[in-house]
Amino acid sequence: MAKVTVDGIEIEVPNGFTVLQAAEAAGKEIPRFCYHERLSIAGNCRMCLVEIEKMPKPVASCGQPVGEGMVIFTDTEKVRQARRNVMEFLLINHPLDCPICDQGGECDLQDEAMGYGRDHSRYLENKRAVTDKNFGPLVKTVMTRCIQCTRCVRFLSEVAGVPELGATSRGETMEITNYVERGLTSELSGNIIDLCPVGALTAKPYAFVARTWELRKTDSIDVFDAVGTNIRIDSRGGEVLRILPRINDAVNEEWLADKSRFALDGLKRKRLDRPWIRVAGKLQPASWDSALAALAARIASAAPSRIGAIAGNLCDAESMMALKDLMTALGSHNLDCRQDGTALDASQREFYLFNTTIEGIDEADAVLFVGVDPRREAPVLNARLRRRWVENLNFVAGMIGRKTDVTYACTHLGDDGAALRAMLDPEHEFTKKLAAAKKPMMIIGQQALARLDGAAVFAACWQIAGAADMLAADWHGFNVLHNAAARVGGLDLGFVPQEGGKDVAAMLNGGVDVLWLLGADELDMTKIPPETFVIYQGHHGDRGAARADLILPGAAYTEKPGTYVNTEGRAQLAQRAIFPPGEAREDWTIIRAASAALGKPLPYNDIEALRRRMIKVSPVFGAPDVVRRIAHADGAKPAGDVAHLTDAPFTPAFETYYQTDPISRASPTMAKCATEIPAPLQRAAE
Amino acid sequence: MLSDKDRIFTNLYGIQDWHLAGARSRGDWDGTAAIMARGRDAIVEEMKASGLRGRGGAGFPTGLKWSFMPKQSDGRPAFLVVNADESEPGTCKDRDIIRHDPHKLVEGCLLASFAMGAHKAFIYIRGEYYNEYIHLQTAIDEAREAGLIGPNACGAEWAFDIVVHRGAGAYICGEESALLESIEGKKGMPRMKPPFPAAMGLYGCPTTVNNVETISCAPTILRRGAAWFSTLGRPKNSGTKVFCISGHVNKPCNVEDELGIPLRDLIEKHAGGVRGGWDNLLAVIPGGSSVPMIPKSVCDTVLMDFDSLREARSGLGTAAVIVMDKSTDLIRAIARLSSFYKHESCGQCTPCREGTGWMMRIMNRMVEGRADYAEIDLLEQVTRQVEGHTICALGDAAAWPIQGLLRHFRPVVEQRIADYKSRTASAIAAE
Amino acid sequence: MSEMIVSEPFSFDETSAAAIPAIIGRYPPGKQASAVMPLLDLAQRQMARLTGHAWVPRAAMDVIADRLTMPRIRVYEVATFYTMFHTKPVQKFHLQVCTTTPCWLRGSDAVMDACRHAVAAHGDVFSTEEVECLGACVNAPVLQVNDDYYEDLDGIRTEALLEAFRRGDAPPLGSTVGRQNSAPEGGRTTLFADVTKQDSGAES
Repeated sequence: MAKVTVDGIEIEVPNGFTVLQAAEAAGKEIPRFCYHERLSIAGNCRMCLVEIEKMPKPVASCGQPVGEGMVIFTDTEKVRQARRNVMEFLLINHPLDCPICDQGGECDLQDEAMGYGRDHSRYLENKRAVTDKNFGPLVKTVMTRCIQCTRCVRFLSEVAGVPELGATSRGETMEITNYVERGLTSELSGNIIDLCPVGALTAKPYAFVARTWELRKTDSIDVFDAVGTNIRIDSRGGEVLRILPRINDAVNEEWLADKSRFALDGLKRKRLDRPWIRVAGKLQPASWDSALAALAARIASAAPSRIGAIAGNLCDAESMMALKDLMTALGSHNLDCRQDGTALDASQREFYLFNTTIEGIDEADAVLFVGVDPRREAPVLNARLRRRWVENLNFVAGMIGRKTDVTYACTHLGDDGAALRAMLDPEHEFTKKLAAAKKPMMIIGQQALARLDGAAVFAACWQIAGAADMLAADWHGFNVLHNAAARVGGLDLGFVPQEGGKDVAAMLNGGVDVLWLLGADELDMTKIPPETFVIYQGHHGDRGAARADLILPGAAYTEKPGTYVNTEGRAQLAQRAIFPPGEAREDWTIIRAASAALGKPLPYNDIEALRRRMIKVSPVFGAPDVVRRIAHADGAKPAGDVAHLTDAPFTPAFETYYQTDPISRASPTMAKCATEIPAPLQRAAE
Repeated sequence: MLSDKDRIFTNLYGIQDWHLAGARSRGDWDGTAAIMARGRDAIVEEMKASGLRGRGGAGFPTGLKWSFMPKQSDGRPAFLVVNADESEPGTCKDRDIIRHDPHKLVEGCLLASFAMGAHKAFIYIRGEYYNEYIHLQTAIDEAREAGLIGPNACGAEWAFDIVVHRGAGAYICGEESALLESIEGKKGMPRMKPPFPAAMGLYGCPTTVNNVETISCAPTILRRGAAWFSTLGRPKNSGTKVFCISGHVNKPCNVEDELGIPLRDLIEKHAGGVRGGWDNLLAVIPGGSSVPMIPKSVCDTVLMDFDSLREARSGLGTAAVIVMDKSTDLIRAIARLSSFYKHESCGQCTPCREGTGWMMRIMNRMVEGRADYAEIDLLEQVTRQVEGHTICALGDAAAWPIQGLLRHFRPVVEQRIADYKSRTASAIAAE
Repeated sequence: MSEMIVSEPFSFDETSAAAIPAIIGRYPPGKQASAVMPLLDLAQRQMARLTGHAWVPRAAMDVIADRLTMPRIRVYEVATFYTMFHTKPVQKFHLQVCTTTPCWLRGSDAVMDACRHAVAAHGDVFSTEEVECLGACVNAPVLQVNDDYYEDLDGIRTEALLEAFRRGDAPPLGSTVGRQNSAPEGGRTTLFADVTKQDSGAES
């Protein structure tokens, strides 16, 4: 620790602290443009200048380490003058276009100009104009506004690991550019919009849409992957206009993946805003009353064992709870939330969670991926793995599955079951590396478990994990990485076949007469025989609705309060930002209404009561926002048999990152990304 | 005047053979192993005692700088990096050393590296010096061939080699940390300090960066002794120095003489005097473009060394003397330098990136007189806003020439504005 | 100053490729990025050799990036930062006129004029650019033609020099007035003694 004095306040700070951090610790605000606590220090904007006793010149506080006994002044006339001077330099070539700038109202330069700007310009020369760049469909550039802070360059190089931006040329002709006229290919590119302190980088789809002060801000949870990124939904007049990340160091830090940020225009398209009933092969608009009556009539005529329900990827836990309770009341055991057919074992949480936890990644020193593309299935989580690789020179990564660039060095160990079997041999090169690691991780993807021999894959992974000491009392390195926001919640609620019940495959292939699809669209609808009566409850006219005999219009995640449990088992609450369109309703209330129509009313009339019911089923729902790192339970052993492992190749979870669900498939922006952004170059792993 | 026998760079003009044989005939590589046998501490002490100050511009004591290198390696290698990116306008001394006396530099690299525990030296030579680079690389190859450097340099059981890295047109790479960035394959953008190169320099390893002339002086100093060197020159400004005399003199030249030589002697004895005689002198930029100019009245008496020129509110810099006679448009001379600094600013930090362009544009208008009187103060203020607020010293270097102009020749600037105003006023009246 | 970058396919030819391992070998293992400037220079020289125009196409930058396993943008940054790398073709004789103050004081305007005229008349062989201090100030004004310096110029001598290039002559490098390098014109003021071994100090 070092004792320093900041504006007369004596404080002790850790030795590695910078003067800027020390000043903040003392409660002093230091203006900055280039400095960002999650990026490397550039020291280029010079706005954070302070005075330090015995130093002749003002010092950039962001890059100056503290020293014992240092006396720092953050608010002297000299310091204020220095900042005014820097402001003047930044503004001489900055356009006076704040009235038409999307950053207006949330612009660091604008804000600091209030404190340090002059009331008039002394610059009589012509201002510089800089050509705009093509950064693809998501990031709009107005490069004349750029103040060359290089935050975007550093983010893409350091955090995203896709170094496509740089500063070319030099002096006042220096430009931030990708040099080639091609869009950015990082799945995290939208974050540079948040990082840009001025209006040089703004959201292209959001251009000229709204002013920040017109927006209603609602805290929510992202559903486009299973990371549980904390988001803020900005809406105006019943329309979601913008989605931004909220800071949660344990989950997403302050990053948000591009699909989660930009698929929102899909929320306005292809929406189911009224019930529909198929009459003589054609869907006809219907009223709620007639829809529920039809539903009740069809279900009443079916044997309980011939009724089934499948929950999809975007469902809130509340609706899954309600549907499960309804199915139970109807006497059906046919439930499944694993619409991709994964061999996930819901009997113990450690069989389906990301047990290391996301924060736990920060301790890991080795990772083995099996049948997963972490970069596309969980971009924000992958950035954390990448940081671990950057920080820990001994960190090793290996992958079994389709070869892909994960943005850090990763040894490709093969793409099929044989490669996994080979790792059971303790003499295998990478098995030895895992064994030598202090805190190794295994990350299994959904596609590894969605195979016919999924249980055997799981058993093999479990065996490798055990051999590498991942299943220790103080370190659980065995992880299932989900890519569906609903999945863990569904498993926690036991939305899986009950005793003697049918699973997804059985229900699809004529195993039931009435099939209730709760937002389940990622199914092969052609497998459902024509005689099966399909009820589709959801928000988009996607695959499920196209096959449905009855459509119950539900709410998208922005339109309902809901609980989502992320891949590490963290329950988080999303608030409703806007109301669902037309006659669409919050999903649990639809199920509640259906239960009444069926004469088996569910015992809850409001969401609080429903949530109390959920807590009874799983205490996880009683402790939102926290995650307990569970220790491996002695004796837990998965049911699968390694001997059944086949040589089949592991297939990728999806071909394009940008279109994976009903919302992103309805999004014009995502469609543009899918066509315009080239599949990332397959950088040789190692 | 310094006698020839006390000159270090005895082949400055390339009259003799620059190859190894020629160099040996001038005493280079004589007893190098014996010097190394004294041990690294003794060498550093000798350098300290000699009073040699860095010849690249800043004038930091060389022996002291060498002593900052870790005595014991923590596992990281140490590097000597020689700054041969000679780009300061007015300066062309290292060019002569490299092309005509390259073995002094090669031998100096060995001794300096040995004294700092470095087994590898990098010489960063500006890209335009292509033919000079050929000489240097040849000299290195000759030395390696002769066993003077290599796995067992001079038989002193010290493995040592030199890599020449060519620049590619960037003045800023003369700044030591930008130079290191450039060797690492990046843009030449100066680093923030701390950490200093001696702790974390090239490739994150302990590094010392020295100028060509500094390193090339070392073998002679170590051979002839600190006492010899320190008696030359003036106290705290000891030794000899290669001066570059350019501009309005009758015979521009490079010449080695003692530090502390009167500026007038330097110009008149070696450069054939000011064009049109001493009284035709207007001003001199005494240490390369980055130092403020001094008017004739100061030139009459000032001595050419670090401390004398600092007292005159200028600097010795690289000892590049740019002479301007009374025919000179001083405003244009300085405006051209402003344009130089604007062109060479790396663009990294705000005050320099924005300030150099601003200063250049005002200066260009001042050349015509197309400005208001109040803008002279504005210009002065802009130089103060840049000076001392940047990551590296280029900001200072861009500010000082203008400050020198305004300090000594403000009336000239005002007159130019007055002339312009009366010219445009009469033009309007004539319409 | 963003320009559409001209590009065409590029690969190192045998001559260049043979030089690459030794260039990379100069730098410590894992520090091959240090070779980016030498390789850009190599590419530019190859273009001059094969096409008569010294420049670095973007494709060459990509080849270099891949060879050195560095992100391509880092190579673009370097190639555009240093002025000696031409991102557009220059002619067989690229005339670089130093116009910085020491050269300007001694008449670089006339040299620049002569070069501009040469380009206007013979743009097929000459291209020119104004450059910053070339570091030969006591031999001002200076003109660099490709790798070589021509010194102590004036307008007339520049014209004669350029004419000689056009004819295919190889004019001698250095001073165009017969000076001994950087020694004062007409006779040096120092280094008269036939310098041999210097006095060795008491210590040796």
